Amino acid sequence: MDLSMRWLRDYTDVTAVDREFSEAMSMSGSKVETYEHEDSEISNVVVGKVLSVEKHPDSDHLVICQLDVGKEEPVQIVTGASNVTPGVLVPAALDNSTLPGGTKIKKGKLRGVPSNGMMCSLGELGLTVNDFPYAIEDGIFLIEEECEVGQDICSALGLNDLKVEFEITSNRPDCLSVIGLAREAAATFGKTLNVKAPVVSIANDGDDIHNYIDVTVSNPELCPRYTCKAVKNVKIGPSPRWMRERLRASGVRPINNLVDITNFVMLEYGQPMHAFDYRFVKDHKIDVRNAKAGEKIVTLDGVEHELTEDMLVIADSEKPVAVAGVMGGENSGIVEDTNTVIFESANFKGSSVRITAKNLGMRTDASGRFEKGLNATMTEEAVLRACELVEMLGVGEVVDGMIDVCNADLTPISFPFTPEWISKFLGVEIPTDRQIAILNSLGFEIEDGNIVVPYFRTDIHHKADVAEEVARIYGYNNIPTTAIRGVANARPTERQVFDRTINEVLLGCGLSEVQTYSFVSPKVYDRIGLPVDSTLRNSVVISNPLGEDTSVMRTTIIPSVLDVLSRNYNNRNEHMWCYEIGREYIPTQEGKLPNENNMIAIGMYENGADYFALKGIVETLLKALNVTDIEFEAVKDNPTFHPGQTARVFKGDVEIGIIGQIHPRVAANYEIGTKAFVANLSADKLFDLHEPERQYAQLPKFPASSRDLALVCDKTTPVAKIEKIIRGAAGKHLEAVKLFDVYEGEHMEKGKKSVAYTIVLRNKQNTLTDEEVDNAVKRVLKALAAEDIVLRS
Amino acid sequence: MKEQLEQLRAKAFSALEEASDLKALDELRVQFLGKKGEVSAILKQMGKLSAEERPVIGALANELRTDIENHIKQRVEQLKEEALQASLEAETIDVTMPGKPVMRGHSHPLTKVLNEVTEIFLGLGFDSVSGPEVEYDYYNFEALNIPKDHPARDTQDTFYITDNVLLRTQTSPVQIRTMEKVKPPIRIISPGRVYRSDAVDATHSPLFHQIEGLVVDKDVSMAELKGTLELFIKRLYGEDSVVRFRPHHFPFTEPSAEMDIQCFACKGEGCRLCKGEGWIEILGCGMVHPKVLENCGIDPEEYTGLAFGLGLERIVMRRYNIDDMRHLYENDQRFLSQF
Repeated sequence: MDLSMRWLRDYTDVTAVDREFSEAMSMSGSKVETYEHEDSEISNVVVGKVLSVEKHPDSDHLVICQLDVGKEEPVQIVTGASNVTPGVLVPAALDNSTLPGGTKIKKGKLRGVPSNGMMCSLGELGLTVNDFPYAIEDGIFLIEEECEVGQDICSALGLNDLKVEFEITSNRPDCLSVIGLAREAAATFGKTLNVKAPVVSIANDGDDIHNYIDVTVSNPELCPRYTCKAVKNVKIGPSPRWMRERLRASGVRPINNLVDITNFVMLEYGQPMHAFDYRFVKDHKIDVRNAKAGEKIVTLDGVEHELTEDMLVIADSEKPVAVAGVMGGENSGIVEDTNTVIFESANFKGSSVRITAKNLGMRTDASGRFEKGLNATMTEEAVLRACELVEMLGVGEVVDGMIDVCNADLTPISFPFTPEWISKFLGVEIPTDRQIAILNSLGFEIEDGNIVVPYFRTDIHHKADVAEEVARIYGYNNIPTTAIRGVANARPTERQVFDRTINEVLLGCGLSEVQTYSFVSPKVYDRIGLPVDSTLRNSVVISNPLGEDTSVMRTTIIPSVLDVLSRNYNNRNEHMWCYEIGREYIPTQEGKLPNENNMIAIGMYENGADYFALKGIVETLLKALNVTDIEFEAVKDNPTFHPGQTARVFKGDVEIGIIGQIHPRVAANYEIGTKAFVANLSADKLFDLHEPERQYAQLPKFPASSRDLALVCDKTTPVAKIEKIIRGAAGKHLEAVKLFDVYEGEHMEKGKKSVAYTIVLRNKQNTLTDEEVDNAVKRVLKALAAEDIVLRS
Repeated sequence: MKEQLEQLRAKAFSALEEASDLKALDELRVQFLGKKGEVSAILKQMGKLSAEERPVIGALANELRTDIENHIKQRVEQLKEEALQASLEAETIDVTMPGKPVMRGHSHPLTKVLNEVTEIFLGLGFDSVSGPEVEYDYYNFEALNIPKDHPARDTQDTFYITDNVLLRTQTSPVQIRTMEKVKPPIRIISPGRVYRSDAVDATHSPLFHQIEGLVVDKDVSMAELKGTLELFIKRLYGEDSVVRFRPHHFPFTEPSAEMDIQCFACKGEGCRLCKGEGWIEILGCGMVHPKVLENCGIDPEEYTGLAFGLGLERIVMRRYNIDDMRHLYENDQRFLSQF
């Protein structure tokens, strides 16, 4: 909302300007975005009177003018314009003047003749013919205002308003009006608000609006009130300067007196208005109804729209003449020879206007106001104000009577006034009489202990709403700051401690944390080689995505990690070790929420990254979480991963996740030109399995005994199997089994490999005898032999 | 014999001086002090001496033995010291050469600052609660006093899955879910990812993080809302931070406010950083709307509440002077390793 300060001062004598005004208004709830003086770009331009016009000696199209600019000596200006004659008043930009757009004017010579400035056109002053309808577009602006020679041009033309741009919140459509903002300003600065009810004379000539038009409201739900009045013998022409100035500063282009009046009233009251040429309303019947399927209308901006049945229109007996609350039709607007005008001031349901405007792709000043929900009470005052302005301007005769189809409940909202509760709620004692004064200044009345909400405040329903009114004028910053009371008993949940441990461990392993988007392109499923029938291709799909790249919620976090590795690889970062604790979104039923699974994803390349480096990190993490007895099982058939370097991770029957090298084909899809390694573990399952409690185990008092065993077995025997046999057979004193060498090569029988273990045994109560140790080794060897795993000879 | 002893002393001492390593010293010890050594050889001749001379020479011989022993010890120490000095000399390095790189993981800046904020609120007695990101319309909008045709829905640019399921645009649904489950007093923050259909640029991302807070108890007042947030900002930005509360509108709070912090650069004078305003908008807050409490089965006549919400990205960017939000989600190692 652009506010003209000149207009505001018609209603209240607020003297503050610029930053003082803006700050105070922002702090009382009407946020000022910016402000601008209309004359800020224009300097040293004055009203000049042309004294003489002579031909330029060396040019056919230039003339030399002498101008009186209110100084002792006339000023000589050379111009190419042809509409300058002795005696006219013109805007004269003198030497060292500035014009809108940063133009600077300095004295110079034109074809050898000195020129000490420039005479300006409307455009050069940032104006149009709409602002001064008597002037021409091409040529010098010949001023017909009452002004003095030498007077500053901005004051002479009224181009000296202060425009203030407000950001009005959606609950305050009443502040999308000059009177609304004047009320706020008056309350903010402790001034009075002077708004008079409009007065329209009664002609008593026997004529009545009912002789002109019939109104039917077929859809009273979408049109709670329809009010109109007629004006006859209209004289279309430009509106007076004071009206044009106010419109211009409000960002509205002046058009003609009748149209300007409707815009003026909308800006003044916040009630959108429309004016029809009576001639074009077929059969002089107005029906406020839903559009029929396929009906079309060309709106005032010249655009044709096809309407749908959910849209409300103002129709005559044949066709729509306006889209209700959005824009009028070209077929029924005011034209130069309009004689009789119908002023429409109606109330339309906000949600309907909002959807219609959105679907037609045309948000207008009117729709922007209606969609916030206006009160129906206002229509009458607004239409009367329009008629008052017609009389004030003397541009027509107002026909007696008014049509008012009202299905709205106009009873003001009222509920108990609770000043003590308000003080307690705000945390500061504000005396009742101060509260009442504040509320009165905003238009509220207190009657018999009840607060009566003014009709224009559609946002006030509860005592908390009233508290805000009191607080914002009292000043939010005058409310003290007090410490919060009550018992504080906060602590991190077990889950948060768990997450913290994961972060600590993985950071300690040299991995950096990353954050990736939860939505991905559906194409990533192809890129990671998911089979066409994979259930993971069934994602939660965003119906209105920004683009394909962010159109589905990921069902696997692996593409996100690969993306990070790819970006780093292609940014020529030598290595990348990273992890993310992130979610995967697995659809459940249509219309229900998906399961959001928390995952720990690790990605790495280079700087020693290989399967065992990754596995070591995973093992370190699981150990830190106290998840023991983990098994790794080779996976050959996961198309995302290398068939020979991938494992599923199990604890008993629970599959925790997958780790391994990314399949070279997939790495190539991500343009990663080196081996990439990824782990994806379920944080949720690990949380269920993890054991946060720890008990101290006594440090050993007796020495351990160890034996090294070099074994020979089939090349394909996993070492995990051998270790399992050793653990099963070694007996209760076994402390550790450590694999220290694996050898396959020329000294080995074909198809065999050598694996070497250190077995550590210890008795906590006493020192083991050699015999005890030997027996344990014998048991181990026997068990191994049963599986064809023998001592290397 | 006395002369013999003196000669021997001279011989031994000069030999010891010449010995250049520990092995040579050891050999000299055997040569002079061993059972078959030269001192012993002299002592064996003692039998020839008179009873008067014997103790005198004996004493001299013992003195010589002790002196040689001491001298050997001294030389051993000396040689060890020399050897140590030589090896220290040999081990001297260019201390300005670069250290060996150690792999250290870096927390993401969003996590770092979120942890800091969470710690501050933990200290103020706020539990941290999380909830689903794919959410029902009811929890994201309706329960928060934003019905289907509310204009505020237009400004939130929501990603929809179906008519009733969406990507949450705020973490307030977590507050609703908490109020449904837990009886007051409630004191929580709910950090997490939120989604709005803003195209990616230097200051926008369709996915970002919010931290919202909620307190519901008997007689919670706006003064406490102000006190809580002012305390938080002073912990986060320093004791000399200046804040102000400006009226605003949110459908789920009444009164509603935006909190501004005085510009760090110009101290309120107005500069480029704060676009001439002197203040920088930092968060939205207010007293929980009675309808919202009612929607969650909490009697607004018995309880009142305060609520606030802030964007994590903006705090992070301001904290580290990051000029482009995209860095936060591109995860370039050269970026991450700065934190």
